[in-house]
Amino acid sequence: MTLPDQLAEIREDFLGLEVRDRLQLLLEFANELPELPERYRDHPDLLERVEECQSPVFIFVEVDDASRVHMYATAPKEAPTTRGFASILAQGLSGLDAQELLAIPDDFPNTLGLTEAVSPLRIRGMTGMLARAKRQVRARLAS
Amino acid sequence: MSVEYDTSSRFAEYAHPERLVSTEWLAEHLGTPGLVVVESDEDVLLYETGHIEGAVKIDWHTELNDPVTRDYIDGAGFAALLGGKGISRDDTVVIYGDKNNWWAAYALWVFRLFGHEDVRLLDGGRAKWEAEGRAYTTEVPVREPVDYPIVERDDSGIRAFRDDVLEHLGKPLIDVRSPEEYSGERTSAPAYPEEGALRAGHIPTAKSVPWARAVAEDGGFKPLDELEAIYRGEAGLVDGDEIVAYCRIGERSSHTWFVLHYLLGFDNVRNYDGSWTEWGSAVRVPIARGSEPGTVPAK
Repeated sequence: MTLPDQLAEIREDFLGLEVRDRLQLLLEFANELPELPERYRDHPDLLERVEECQSPVFIFVEVDDASRVHMYATAPKEAPTTRGFASILAQGLSGLDAQELLAIPDDFPNTLGLTEAVSPLRIRGMTGMLARAKRQVRARLAS
Repeated sequence: MSVEYDTSSRFAEYAHPERLVSTEWLAEHLGTPGLVVVESDEDVLLYETGHIEGAVKIDWHTELNDPVTRDYIDGAGFAALLGGKGISRDDTVVIYGDKNNWWAAYALWVFRLFGHEDVRLLDGGRAKWEAEGRAYTTEVPVREPVDYPIVERDDSGIRAFRDDVLEHLGKPLIDVRSPEEYSGERTSAPAYPEEGALRAGHIPTAKSVPWARAVAEDGGFKPLDELEAIYRGEAGLVDGDEIVAYCRIGERSSHTWFVLHYLLGFDNVRNYDGSWTEWGSAVRVPIARGSEPGTVPAK
């Protein structure tokens, strides 16, 4: 199956770089992670903790009336790798149709060329985030 | 040549005060010939966001581990790594990092496996350095590569393998994981597989002393009397004990290894780096559940 364009672009950007430069790109993503929208800042109960990450990261996925997905995440600045992962997904998933999101291969994080740069163990955090985003989307569609 | 030790009175009470430097000492000694500062973090990008001036980065995942076998790099690999970063065999290395130095302690332990003599921890790590408002830079230092000799790793003194631990049963074991991991209560949410080990619990007779109990509020190590109360008092360790510490993959237990060996002065302390990810998946090794240590199984 084909990856949604915005995710395919992110992947190409990573794979086009030398391994060590991929870390720099991940750092750029980390710096770009937007603040939570106001409506979630006061509702930490709505956010789901991603247990697969060693650092505290929380995500929330919305599905709007047009079936478009919006993903939000928050992670401390002391955890730039986790912030980077969350930012990749927030940018890569937001705006997708819910079904498109559910069709993203679960191993997408392993295909970014980051396993050598950050280690397979750390990539698990991003895999966990994607799995939880999908679960949240399924739950929203079912409700 | 070793750089002079930090003789501040704060560390004098420990068994090996020469293994610690304070933030004040480091700030004063930055740039001293023969001193190399190394940052080692859980988060592989943290160094890039800002680090102590002149510090080089060593990542335990991608640099200290063998990429194929579950083991550390070999003597040639260590020589290439350190030589490439411009670290000489007789340099004084000060390591610091995030999470109260747990990865820094891990790196220090690996340096000791290779017999690098003068390696020290920055007491308090990144947290203390930052809390004191000390400077970071994003500039990556350019260090000329040097020849670091190939020294084979010596696992005999401070590293324990699974079979060593089986033999060790009946002697003191310290489990430094969280109480939930120790008791085996930790469960994961529905539909999320438990990662890393097939069974939960602890090695029978291991005492639970979560690693962070050795850390003071400012991120540095607690004073000697408080450490003694925890490890000698509560955990019942006595002079002459042979001790094995473990956690999930051996990183948090490196921190406890440092405390037991260098601060409290126990001479025979080994870190079981296979830890729970190995023990909890190994066939037919004994496991205890619940909050009590349990008993030595009959052999």
